[in-house]
Amino acid sequence: MDEREYNMAEEVKVFSTWASPFALRVIWALKLKGVEFDTVHEDLINKSPLLLQYNPIHKKVPVLVHDGKVICESLVILEYIDETWKQNPLLPEDPHQKANARFWAKFGDDKVMQSIGGGVLLKEGKEQEEGFAASMENLKYLEDEIRGKKFFGGETIGLADIALGWLAHYLDIVEEIVGLKLIDQEKFPSLAAWKQEFANAPIIRENWPDRDKLATKYVAMREANLGKGTPK
Amino acid sequence: MAAGEQVTLLDSWASSFGMRVRIALAEKGVKYEYIEQDLWNKSGLLLQMNPVHKKIPVLVHNGKPVCESLVIVQYIDEVWKDKAPLLPSDPYQRAQSRFWADFVDRKIYEHGRMILTTKVEDQEAAAKKDFIDTLKLMEGELGDKPYFGGETLGYVDVALLPYCCWFYTYENILNFSLEADCPKLNAYCKRCLQKESVSKSLEDPKKIYDFALMLRKKLGVE
Repeated sequence: MDEREYNMAEEVKVFSTWASPFALRVIWALKLKGVEFDTVHEDLINKSPLLLQYNPIHKKVPVLVHDGKVICESLVILEYIDETWKQNPLLPEDPHQKANARFWAKFGDDKVMQSIGGGVLLKEGKEQEEGFAASMENLKYLEDEIRGKKFFGGETIGLADIALGWLAHYLDIVEEIVGLKLIDQEKFPSLAAWKQEFANAPIIRENWPDRDKLATKYVAMREANLGKGTPK
Repeated sequence: MAAGEQVTLLDSWASSFGMRVRIALAEKGVKYEYIEQDLWNKSGLLLQMNPVHKKIPVLVHNGKPVCESLVIVQYIDEVWKDKAPLLPSDPYQRAQSRFWADFVDRKIYEHGRMILTTKVEDQEAAAKKDFIDTLKLMEGELGDKPYFGGETLGYVDVALLPYCCWFYTYENILNFSLEADCPKLNAYCKRCLQKESVSKSLEDPKKIYDFALMLRKKLGVE
């Protein structure tokens, strides 16, 4: 590449952590579109000055920096990516279908993640039972939505698949830790099939974080929340 | 509206989420049927149109429902795209608008909910300071622009403006003055209320306060 080509090349940076399912969404989206980027690995206990400068309000990953333009919040970043790099679109053209995809992405973050993360992983006893019941209700809605489709986006991976994608890997680890099955093949056959399809899809399957490392992290989170861990 | 087009809004008069949709429809000049919902006795129609959340607002366009206020506002912007665009056309500016609308949802809504559901004596000084700091952040983002959307009312304005009729309630419960603590935001609300699309979509702040007090009594915090 000559100097002029280098200067015209786009600069795309993703601030991420190895474990973040939110940062992973951004990495998936960029790779699915064949966009070259650099990853800046953050340590959330010791956030870099640059991260704090780029995301002063939430101080979180992911952050996307595209030719000096800073975008925060994973779902906002996904829409930016889809509008900027138009190959392999994540959202359909039709406004109603688009609204539907956004609805399910939001449902995933507002309800599913809350009930499974907050309600099942981090709780025990009666509170966990309630979290489990809420999670099953939420998963049933996903089951009804995915039935008859390969992906939430239809034939190809879309915004909702990327937003809900953590279910295809992170959930296994949660299930092992708490000893409860959430996406049960018999109860949710369509969702279980989607899980398989998504987890093994090209690009997706090459970018999952290490299971054992995640398990260690989640066990520590659970114990800390239940007051059993050693306070840091 | 094209011949045969049917637009219905399932809403509840005091809902800040519903107001967002009303403002968006008014900005676009869309004629629609408003159906007030009783949230303590949910209608079959609401449960059919929003089976997942069973909440308002729901926009029903030619029989197809759209749920979640900001999803609805984006839908309205995309369908009725020839008038009063709410989101800018540049992807980076769109991302900024989405970020701030999300911020309104996360921070202002959450603060408001806490204020509404907490006894006066339990309202902490720290929470009050946080709320005012959040509002000041919005002031910073507004800057010297007439609207968050720039010269014209935009997506972030639509997300935020409903709170203008709820601030009176928060002021009374939290014991603070928007005019004193956030004069820029106060001026912004007054200015925006001069627009018919906003004034016709929002409710009388005193009516909202009466409603809030009734809710608080029901929750046992008043």
